[in-house]
Amino acid sequence: MKIDFSRRDFLKSSGALVVSFSAASLIGPWAHAQGPFDTHKSHIDPASLDSWLAVASDGTVTAYSGKCDFGQGMYTVQTQLVAEELCVPISAVKLIQCDTSVTPDQGTTSGSQSTPTNFNNQNLAQAAATAREALIGMAAQQLGVPDEQLTVADGVISAKDGRHVSYVELIGGKHFGIALNVQAKRRAPADWTVLGKPVPSMERVALMTGTFEFVHNVRVPGMVHGRVVRPTETGATVASVDEKSVQHIPGVIKVVVKNNFVGVVAEKQWQAAEAAKTLKVTWKPGTGLPAQKDFYEYIRKQPSREVMLVNSKDVDEKLKSAAHVLKATYSHAYQAHGSIGSSCAVADVQADRATVWSATQSVYPTRHSVSVLTGLPLDNVRVVFVRGAGCYGLNAADSAALDAALMSQAVHRPVRVQLTRQDEFISENYGAACVIEHQAGVDASGAIAAWDCETWAVSFGGRPGYDKPGNVVTGMLAGFEPDTVAPKAAAEPTGELRNGSNAVPPYLAGCIGGKCGGSGSVGSERVLAHTVKSPFFTGPLRSPLRLQNTFANEGFMDEICAYVKSDPVAYRLQHLTEDRVIDVVKAAAKAANWDARPSPKPSHALTGTVTGRGIACVAYEGDNGYAALVAEVEVDQASGRMQVQRFVIAHDCGPISNPDGLRNQIEGGLLQGTSRALGEEITWDDRKVTSIDWQTYNSLPLGIHVPPIESVLIDRPGMKATGAGETAITLAAAAIGNAIFDATGARIRQVPFTPERIKSALAERA
Amino acid sequence: MAMVLKVNGRTHTVDVDPQTPLLYVLSDELQLRGPKFGCGLAQCGACTVIIRGQTVRSCVMPVSAVKHDEVTTLEGLGTPEKPHAIQQAFIDEQAAQCGFCLSGVILSAKVLLDEKPKASEEQIREGLASVLCRCFAHTRMMRAIKRYQARLA
Repeated sequence: MKIDFSRRDFLKSSGALVVSFSAASLIGPWAHAQGPFDTHKSHIDPASLDSWLAVASDGTVTAYSGKCDFGQGMYTVQTQLVAEELCVPISAVKLIQCDTSVTPDQGTTSGSQSTPTNFNNQNLAQAAATAREALIGMAAQQLGVPDEQLTVADGVISAKDGRHVSYVELIGGKHFGIALNVQAKRRAPADWTVLGKPVPSMERVALMTGTFEFVHNVRVPGMVHGRVVRPTETGATVASVDEKSVQHIPGVIKVVVKNNFVGVVAEKQWQAAEAAKTLKVTWKPGTGLPAQKDFYEYIRKQPSREVMLVNSKDVDEKLKSAAHVLKATYSHAYQAHGSIGSSCAVADVQADRATVWSATQSVYPTRHSVSVLTGLPLDNVRVVFVRGAGCYGLNAADSAALDAALMSQAVHRPVRVQLTRQDEFISENYGAACVIEHQAGVDASGAIAAWDCETWAVSFGGRPGYDKPGNVVTGMLAGFEPDTVAPKAAAEPTGELRNGSNAVPPYLAGCIGGKCGGSGSVGSERVLAHTVKSPFFTGPLRSPLRLQNTFANEGFMDEICAYVKSDPVAYRLQHLTEDRVIDVVKAAAKAANWDARPSPKPSHALTGTVTGRGIACVAYEGDNGYAALVAEVEVDQASGRMQVQRFVIAHDCGPISNPDGLRNQIEGGLLQGTSRALGEEITWDDRKVTSIDWQTYNSLPLGIHVPPIESVLIDRPGMKATGAGETAITLAAAAIGNAIFDATGARIRQVPFTPERIKSALAERA
Repeated sequence: MAMVLKVNGRTHTVDVDPQTPLLYVLSDELQLRGPKFGCGLAQCGACTVIIRGQTVRSCVMPVSAVKHDEVTTLEGLGTPEKPHAIQQAFIDEQAAQCGFCLSGVILSAKVLLDEKPKASEEQIREGLASVLCRCFAHTRMMRAIKRYQARLA
């Protein structure tokens, strides 16, 4: 039997939209209400305008988006986009985000792709433009006036003689019944009244007054509470579970065991928490972990999947003939997403259907995973996004969703799962550890003659995605295989340059078969990327690999600058060819009043507190955002402690949708990047992860000295929009590291820059 | 065990194990959304409430320890229609991203400034030394706190 999860559920028989943001109201009777929006059960056709928006008889515009807001501002920006293209007040638009029963499948909200997807492509904005043109066409017929003589504002279309007709009169409560028109004309940025403006975050009042509904607040009738019991040792498996050990705890409903998944369900949350703590589980130990102190050496020796990103085949020869060759190795720790709220989900798995409320980034792919995990047909599973704490990538939200589904299926009741802080730290997919080795030759004039780069990044598991529940911890524990790394030798590069991970430094020409996709001038170039099996689950963490690679690329560029005694800004500009990167470097240097001279600072003191400045730049993913960052730091050379005194960033994401929201993302990104650069590191012993709470994993608290952040926003109306949530963070470690070198003459090549590592770099100074 | 609890000006009777952390009672029994489960270890601040004019991490305080004291949560300060001055300052400064940490940030700052309206920046920072915001909306939060402080003067 198929269950009809269609969006008719949102409609009254009158056709007025019943839009509710309370999750509990969404579990009401399915397939009862009748309305105009009877979309296909399992496929909301993105080619149909009605899949994207509806005008109700009260004038409310409901828009459906498959890109969700985790705090990065997508709710407000997408609402602006619809209001602008449709010419309705922003208050008339109600956005529904990420619900497999009503929103189009837009994959995963990730990779700085939400604005590019819904702004540039044939998606949300194009749907709103299609609707506006269709409505003008209807008005033209009704009023007997040609399209071009009509004007539209606030959902009312007017003729010059004063006659007018409203959207409600034309379409209120009815289907458009037309295809999304890829030719529909978008509104010119010069005419924008809503987009491009600093519209305040629409959820701010609810957030500040504690009334906003997070996934943690979802309560459904009959709901009980689940807690998980994870193996603390990595790779440990269940030998036995003593269910009797929790029998004495009031309220316990069931101990749920599936392969190596163990959980406890109880009537109340505290009872479930007590039972999970008390339950006696005997674990068979795993195979142990490679030693952390030698880990970067270890991963370089593992079999790997290789990708040659660019290879001009003259690098060895050019390095041999170079006037001087520099070489350095950079490394970057595993880091946690470390959401402030440990993950939570609610699942209601019944005999023939399931609903899961989750803060997942990917309702459709996660629906597949829930379907595979529960054995229920895909069409009978509904995944509803409800915002959680900021995730910054693949935190444990999907694990919690699968935990809840497993336990709900076992007890035949809706189950809410709240992970503990330790569960969160050992259930998430960490940002990858990396080793990056650079080698460059400089010619007699001091210019870069050749650049050779080899990277090693770890990987295991990933997004649960389509039919891969094993990619997150819960799925693997329940018996599904994670994605792993199949070793493979590199083939020579073909096609266009792919620089999605920023492994190719911005100064390389990036030429493949005569076509050059890089942003620089260095034509003797080789970049070989290795992926190595990780002992821990990994997944995208804000600016995945782009941040790690940029830290190394920009640190090494700084080393070359220092060797040839050139100013870091001038020398970068000498090797850049892409205008948008050049523009951000110049703009950041200008705004920072850059002190043009080689680094380190002349006659810097070798003791005491010293200051310095550093710069770094990036073309994010090659072409998805451009930024340059100047950091000014103060380093206490006795303690190895440091502080950022000032950030100045120039940022280009194409046309700016919301300048204040953008600044908020930049500011948060730079400080999060500072925390990651200075202290964040997953640690482990020979058997288990030891960074399991906020005492063992360092996050900069609110009480730090907050440096002033000056953001120079370069607006490019008329161009395609790029991502903007990950560009700034990509540069933080690089610019800070370069500033430390400027201040002290010590190069720090390992993230995080703990005081011990800074002190040891200071001790190694020539 | 049945217990009487005064929260945000209202009196509730709840039937829970007296050892239950106050947070679970507030969010599960009373369905309040302000205090949130962040770590359960009193390390992050997301569960903060005010009792006797002091901040309390409700995730580690047994409900029985509240006794007859009144509990104030983030939603008890003001309402969406009439936010408290510090909430208004955060609204005006757009001082959040995901907003999950706000009980810790807003209530800690409020208690601190109610006690020391003329607190120096260093004292404010000290007062927030054990509060986390993982979106790192620090810039705006500090601006909002100073905006509220200016109103107190």
